[in-house]
Amino acid sequence: MEFFLVQLLNSLSYGLLLFMLSSGLTLIFSMMGVLNFAHASFYMLGAYTAFQLSRYFGFWPALAIAPFLIGILGALTERYGLRTVHKFGHVAELLFTFGLFYLIEEIVHLIWGRAPVDYRIPESLNFTAFSIFSTSYPAYRVFMMVVSMGMLLGLFLLLKRTRIGMIIQASLTHPEMVEALGHDVPRVFMLVFGGGCALAGLAGVIGGNAFVTEPGMAAAVGSIVFVVVVFGGMGSLPGAFIASLFFGAIQTFSVALDYSLLDVVAKLGVSLAPDSGWRQLLSITIAQTAPVLPYLLMVLMLIVRPTGLMGTRET
Amino acid sequence: MSGVLFRRLLIWGLTAAVMILVPLLFKQSFALSMLSQMGIAIIFALSYNMLLGQTGMLSFGHAVYYGLGAFVCAHTLNAIGAGKLALPVMLLPLVGGVAGLAFGIVFGYVTTKRSGTPFAMISLGIAEMVAACALMFPGFFGGEGGIATNRQVGQAWHGLSFGPQIQVYYLIAGWCFLCMIVMFAFTQTPLGRMANAVRDNPERVKFVGYNATRVRYLVFCIASFFAGIAGGLGTINYEIVTAENVGVIASGNVLIMSFVGGVGHFFGPVIGAMLVSFLQSALSSYTQAWLLYFGLFFVVMILFAPGGIASLIMLHLPAARNGLLPRLIPSYLISGAALAVVLGGFITLVEMTYHLEMGEELGKSFKLFGLIVDVTAVTPWLVAAVVFVAGLGVFAATVKVVRRSWDGINVELQTRGAS
Repeated sequence: MEFFLVQLLNSLSYGLLLFMLSSGLTLIFSMMGVLNFAHASFYMLGAYTAFQLSRYFGFWPALAIAPFLIGILGALTERYGLRTVHKFGHVAELLFTFGLFYLIEEIVHLIWGRAPVDYRIPESLNFTAFSIFSTSYPAYRVFMMVVSMGMLLGLFLLLKRTRIGMIIQASLTHPEMVEALGHDVPRVFMLVFGGGCALAGLAGVIGGNAFVTEPGMAAAVGSIVFVVVVFGGMGSLPGAFIASLFFGAIQTFSVALDYSLLDVVAKLGVSLAPDSGWRQLLSITIAQTAPVLPYLLMVLMLIVRPTGLMGTRET
Repeated sequence: MSGVLFRRLLIWGLTAAVMILVPLLFKQSFALSMLSQMGIAIIFALSYNMLLGQTGMLSFGHAVYYGLGAFVCAHTLNAIGAGKLALPVMLLPLVGGVAGLAFGIVFGYVTTKRSGTPFAMISLGIAEMVAACALMFPGFFGGEGGIATNRQVGQAWHGLSFGPQIQVYYLIAGWCFLCMIVMFAFTQTPLGRMANAVRDNPERVKFVGYNATRVRYLVFCIASFFAGIAGGLGTINYEIVTAENVGVIASGNVLIMSFVGGVGHFFGPVIGAMLVSFLQSALSSYTQAWLLYFGLFFVVMILFAPGGIASLIMLHLPAARNGLLPRLIPSYLISGAALAVVLGGFITLVEMTYHLEMGEELGKSFKLFGLIVDVTAVTPWLVAAVVFVAGLGVFAATVKVVRRSWDGINVELQTRGAS
């Protein structure tokens, strides 16, 4: 029970962090029809920028400034990169973001080196929030959840309750009509791209010190976020939310479960020869399958239901 | 028609002659292993272009078939070495091809059900899945260390033991030439033509009674077969296969090769494979930052020349045929000089940043372009930055000069075409 509760809280905080990334990615996708390969690279840049800023100004100013800077960087990328390749078609756009992913990783190598940097949880948040039975739960995890929830609420209010949110929603489905009404749709695109990148940056600021800030973090998180977006349904925010929590749970729980099919077979009273191929196959534990599980689920989902959980379109 | 046939025979004959003669010119072991690497990369990139260039399928997981083919070959080679199997090493790539085909039949069925972005995503998902499996099945993938093997097995056939690198090169060159011809012939078959139609207008393909999904599936299987052949040659050449060979980075690499070379023309990926293999082995021995230059080169190509090097060459053909190329040379020289200045400034800045970051290992001062540069001083930074920015300004101006001379040539070509 204790194990279950702690893991549940961990998976919730991880899932919410995933949603911060996947929400931006899925918004950008529904707008431009482009899957941004470099999205997690902005997450990484957020973490590194916050690390650099927190050395000079401390954590709290970094929390405010870093996402803003990443947002501007994202907007510039859209304006001068993606918009240029747009005329060459979707393949060129996809390749551009792929190249960007590659490039940002190398730039991080160039500036901060290949080893992880010492980006730490601020002292003011480094205490125990509460304890579940005998396990003490760190306050920073709670803080992460609060920030994610706040972001979730803010995003919801922005999209549903404000004028700019209405224009964004309209541009998603009827860009020509919005343009005819006198709105600058390309600028809306730029804002959404920048906003999505800012969210990724924010996730990097609060996730970078909870986990580890190193050049490989973009590739590690990027593929999971990608799975989340595809699984939840491309372009669907509710789908991304459900899938984020789901994969947050899968990743957290499966790593911790050290059972294999061999245990089940043994319970049934069947014993296998120690060197048979079946034994080798059955002795794979759930923890060992953890890295494969998300991709397997994604491929299965794409076969059974190509639009994902709640998506409405395929491309 | 006979003119076309004659020209093709000439081109293929020249290609064969170059492949045979090149090792006589470059005898160093470094050059020989690079040439072997190029031959493997050419087969791999051409097989990839069957998907992207000919059928319009952007795959992010083509290395899966290369890598799995290579793993099967490594196990086969070890079985031959243990005396369990009698097979000439020369035919080993065929084993890789069949393995690639088998995995292509299985995974391709899932992947090619969809086209466009979903295809790209499923291919990436499968690539990630196979890469993650590599640590789950150490028996097949050899865990972290990979599977090591020895190509000198069985009896030497007419003195061919494949010990010396030169014999391996000729083996690779032979397979490469054969695969190139077969893959080119494939583009001329009805299926190859249908693949182009599927790329350009799948809806219309359905109207004329073809099944676009089946065309994609067939092309995918054939491409996997050739990727497996390349994998088999890779096993013979490197004598080790690791989990990296099935990874996403390897898949991205072949994508970059084909794209930089140009996916719109058959010879594009050949150029791309040669250039990228050359850069990988040449640049990596000079600088730590080579991946950065490489990535930048890729992004610049996407932004300004999405047709790759092949399309740049084809762009100049009409002018060359009419003898107008000399008119472009002055503007190209000016522009090229300005670009060299920009690159000089940029490379200095990048290298200095690297040395600042890794100062403890590399030392705070280093030699660049024949000069000793001290990264702790202010002057080199200032000079490099000024050179870079000023060079960019001059380069932007020279681009206009190039454009003007192109405008002149286009007018000339049009009037000649009209008269």
